[in-house]
Amino acid sequence: MELILDGIVQGFWLLVRGDPEVWQVVLLSLAVSGSATAISLCLGVPAGAGLALNRFPGRQVIVSLINTGMGAPPVVVGLIVTIFLWRSGPLGILHLLYTPYAMVIAQCVISLPIIIGFTMAAIQQIDPKLRLQITALGASRAQMLWLLLREARLPLLAAVMAGFGAVISEVGASMMVGGNIEGQTRVLTTATVMETGKGNFGLAMALSFILMVLVYLVNLLLTYVQQRSRVR
Amino acid sequence: MTTEPVLQASGLTIDRAGRRILDVPSFQLASGEVLTIIGPNGSGKTTLIQCLALLLKPDSGTISYYGRRIAGGRSALHQRRRLAVVFQAPLLLSGTVRYNVSLGLRLRGFEHNEIAVRTNRWLERFGISGLAERQAATLSSGEAQRASLARAFALTPDVMFLDEPFAALDAPTRQALTAELSQVLRETQTTTVLVTHDRNEAVALGDRVAVMMDGQVRQSGTPQSVFTRPADEAVAAFVGAENIIPGTVDAQNGGVAVVSVAGDRTIDAVSDLGAGTSVAACLRPEDITVTTAESPASATSARNRLAGKVVSLSPSGAQTRVHLDCGVGLTALITTRSCHELGLMPGKEVTASFKATSVHLIPRR
Repeated sequence: MELILDGIVQGFWLLVRGDPEVWQVVLLSLAVSGSATAISLCLGVPAGAGLALNRFPGRQVIVSLINTGMGAPPVVVGLIVTIFLWRSGPLGILHLLYTPYAMVIAQCVISLPIIIGFTMAAIQQIDPKLRLQITALGASRAQMLWLLLREARLPLLAAVMAGFGAVISEVGASMMVGGNIEGQTRVLTTATVMETGKGNFGLAMALSFILMVLVYLVNLLLTYVQQRSRVR
Repeated sequence: MTTEPVLQASGLTIDRAGRRILDVPSFQLASGEVLTIIGPNGSGKTTLIQCLALLLKPDSGTISYYGRRIAGGRSALHQRRRLAVVFQAPLLLSGTVRYNVSLGLRLRGFEHNEIAVRTNRWLERFGISGLAERQAATLSSGEAQRASLARAFALTPDVMFLDEPFAALDAPTRQALTAELSQVLRETQTTTVLVTHDRNEAVALGDRVAVMMDGQVRQSGTPQSVFTRPADEAVAAFVGAENIIPGTVDAQNGGVAVVSVAGDRTIDAVSDLGAGTSVAACLRPEDITVTTAESPASATSARNRLAGKVVSLSPSGAQTRVHLDCGVGLTALITTRSCHELGLMPGKEVTASFKATSVHLIPRR
């Protein structure tokens, strides 16, 4: 218990004193997970909406794959991305392995099914008659999509929270494709694992505390936006 | 000179699960006309209206607006933007009432000023300008349906489609909105198709009434003709001819058919049908007058006077249905006050009178 309290205090002071190494890790964590979530949103929202609104052969198979992907273990994702980015792999020519870009790719693979799944569920829960009404009002396909996403904005914000939460807290994929290189690919989760391995429980606890504060602040912001649009 | 119909459709069919749910060989709607479509649940009214409003693609058939056949894709979207549809549920989107009323105009790319002018005009016309900045989700059912109507009328559509817009409302709100809608339709001369299962609404609002059953338009005509001269027994039953009596024309006397019915009774009916024709005599309950032996004798032009007994009474507010056995079963609709004044009760001997012009004969196959 004492260790946990000491860790929290140490984490607080690391942040307040502006420890450059810690801040670099924090900012890289935010940049990698933020980018991965943003890219997943750009790809996942249209894909989820498309799956929700259209019926085509093979849709069930795709939906079940996405549902499986929502629970995909990060280490498996990390392994697959590593194989793809390995020097002799299909994308080895890009030399992305052990860079933040590789971590963004891996985290995208983790968060994309979550965003697609949440978007699909959000659009499907809208009354089909409302879609008919929007069509009757003269909406084009693009206008229809925009209005449906607007109607589903509360669950969509939940999708953002779930997607961001999944990638900021994962460690397996980031460790495998990033390598936890100091000053380059070290993020909060990989640093925590490393410090725990070294027996520096206090520092590991401090980094965990910072990670929790970070997740809390991002979710606080998203919750504020979500609840504000609910009462509007 | 004939004017081109606003809307024409031909050969519309839709099959679902091996059953034909829509079969309309031809359909026309004239400019400024208000057509009400009535029919029992599941008769295909909504399916037809959704086809005509280009929201549902028929399996076969063509739909033309102003003589121009509408295919799919851009052509359908372009025409859809000249129509408006109001459904039974208000189906408002999240946002303010003003946002909702202006939504169709925004989607159709109207100028900002035009949107503001039209939105304000129709908010005011439907008495909801005070609610303009309220969230749509906080409105009562009646207020929400007013917003839905305002949203549709703001579009000044070529054709307005109203799919049972008041069915989910309580009676006083329904009556108020029906009266308001009637006035707006008269003022704007909007060509309208109104689906309803309320016969009073159909008569109050429609220039023409179409009766749908089993996916087909079984009869179409003025409210007067449909309600007093139903095309077949099913239509007769639906439009409120509660007395449908089978019989045979015994004789034809200069436009008056003498029909023999059960119990050696005869009924006179204004009809050209010849002797020997098997018929169903249709009679609305409100066309039957009930008198008792104690009623003051007065001369009457009613050619049909059938003696019988009261079987039962079904009071319903200010009116009471009196079920009679006059050799044939008859149902009369009289005021509850008259019922009390006549001292009607089961077993009481009465006379049912009705005019030959009130009886409509439908030939039976």
